[in-house]
Amino acid sequence: MGRFLDLTLAGLTSGAVYSAVALALVLIWRSTRIVNFAQGGMLMITTFIAYTIVSHGGSYWLALIVAVLSGLVLGAVVERVLVRPVEKRSPLDAVVVTFGLLVLLQGVAGMLFGGTPRSYPPAFGIAGFKVGDRQLLFAPNDLWIVLVVLAVMVVLALVFRKTNLGLRMRASAFAPEVARLLGVRVGRMLTVGWALAAAVGAIAGVLVAPSTFVSPTAFDAVLVFGFTAAVIGGLDSPPGAVVGGLALGIVLSYVAGYLGSDIVTLASLVVLIGVLMLRPQGLFGSTKGRRV
Amino acid sequence: MTALAAAAPVRFWQRSTLVRHLTLSVLGLIVLYFVTTSLDSFANLQFAQICYTAIATAGLTVLSGLSGQISLGHGAFVAVGAYTTALLLEHLDWPLVLVLLGSVVIGGALGSLVGVAAARLRGPYLAGATLALAVGLPSLADYHGLRDLLGGANGLIVTSDPPPLSLGESFPLERWQAWICGLCLVVTLFLLANLTRSRIGRDMRLVREDEQAAALSGVHVARTQIVTFGISAAFAGLAGGLFAIVNSLAAPGAFTLSLSLSLLTAAVLGGLGSLAGAVYGAVIVTLLPNWTADLAQQADLPRAIYANIPLVLYGLVLIVVIIAFPGGIQSGVRKLGALLKARFVRPLQTRQETRR
Repeated sequence: MGRFLDLTLAGLTSGAVYSAVALALVLIWRSTRIVNFAQGGMLMITTFIAYTIVSHGGSYWLALIVAVLSGLVLGAVVERVLVRPVEKRSPLDAVVVTFGLLVLLQGVAGMLFGGTPRSYPPAFGIAGFKVGDRQLLFAPNDLWIVLVVLAVMVVLALVFRKTNLGLRMRASAFAPEVARLLGVRVGRMLTVGWALAAAVGAIAGVLVAPSTFVSPTAFDAVLVFGFTAAVIGGLDSPPGAVVGGLALGIVLSYVAGYLGSDIVTLASLVVLIGVLMLRPQGLFGSTKGRRV
Repeated sequence: MTALAAAAPVRFWQRSTLVRHLTLSVLGLIVLYFVTTSLDSFANLQFAQICYTAIATAGLTVLSGLSGQISLGHGAFVAVGAYTTALLLEHLDWPLVLVLLGSVVIGGALGSLVGVAAARLRGPYLAGATLALAVGLPSLADYHGLRDLLGGANGLIVTSDPPPLSLGESFPLERWQAWICGLCLVVTLFLLANLTRSRIGRDMRLVREDEQAAALSGVHVARTQIVTFGISAAFAGLAGGLFAIVNSLAAPGAFTLSLSLSLLTAAVLGGLGSLAGAVYGAVIVTLLPNWTADLAQQADLPRAIYANIPLVLYGLVLIVVIIAFPGGIQSGVRKLGALLKARFVRPLQTRQETRR
């Protein structure tokens, strides 16, 4: 029973990070109908930027802020330069371009930082909380991760629901032609959407870095899990991304704990295929989200 | 009259696809013989590598180019083929032909299984699922239940038979392997070229263009997609078997995401949907790491830089080709061919017509 509780708590923590990555994917899918396969590479680069600051004596907080800002810039640049030309073409083209960007970023990171995994300091302690005599597998830093992801979700929801910017972004995503006629600069909204998504990804990168280490390929699995989480929730739904991420995190934690940590990625594939077979639109997705 | 006589063999040549492909295959085998006998051992090894890469790329190009399904994880099927070959040679000691056929069958079976899922997935969904396959499958080798069978992270050592004695005692192993891989490539291209001209090839194109229209005109869409995935994975399995024999190894480290990536790069660079393009792409993708290594040695670059040059170039190629030259090399070749034809052949024909 204790082990079950531990695994659940550990799954909740990693699930929170998958939720953040899934959230970034969903933001982009909603506005441009593109799955950003470069997401893992983009958050890897911003995490390396944060790592550089931390390793030169900068504080965790400064590094986090710089990572988010560089994510904003990176997302905007990627949308303007790479995504704009393929936006209206077949989905295959967008897949290949974002996959190409993933590899390009991995190669560049490898050139600059080498392949050796670097350790990244956590924000808070990693010794588990004590309940009575028992030490839980849930530490202050894990609480921090969960709280940050929840905060990001609340902030995004407020931006989309309550602000003028959010209204224009939603209009651009759902009815670009109408929005354009009403004076919304749709292109600019898409750029903002990509920038926001990349910033959310950057936060996820910094949060997960202490447990995965930082290397050019360290976040491949995070991308796969984020994608799976987004699909579970339905690529259209931000709350779905969060629920999907948490559910996936817990399931994978059981797999790792009871079956072995080597097959976690494969287990996520099984979950992914299973969900797509039973409910292609995901748990929270609208049926209109997917044609055929 | 002379013009008619000259045109007749060309017409026959164009009429029968099978004859044309057979002739090209025989020509390919002759070229293969002369190229391999003139190359040294290292070049023959590279030749073999190009051949198995081209086999996997050709399978991928049929999948993505003709039926419009994308796979970011074709390296996983290559891995399955390599492990199948390693296990068959290790435990059963079958003759090489049967071993390779085994890799084809197992690769194709797994591909069909994935194809069943793939038939329900579209575009980015399929890409994500195959990506998960490519990232996840190699870890299976180190799973504790399978570690003894699959050799864990170190993988399995593959010992294949030496060249037959009838070729002479000192016949180089590399040339023998280049022959095997070259022969397999010619057979692969022959089969796939005929397939794409057949009924199922037409069905694939129809499914790619418009699934609803295809279904309305009586094409079984899901079945076509599953069969295509199976065929494509079967050739990836063959490539994996050859990989294991040429490199004497089947290990998880060889089948990372970057293998899947290099196959996709080769297919896109050559021109999606073109078998000739698959070969050009495979040549470039295989030789690129060697060129950059040589270049780095001359320029005295640090390892971290030159080891990542291929990765950076793959990424750039994928982005630039898709955005700026969607047809890849093959469309360039076609344009050049059309240009030459317009310049030289057509004036000749019009001259003959006016003479008549």
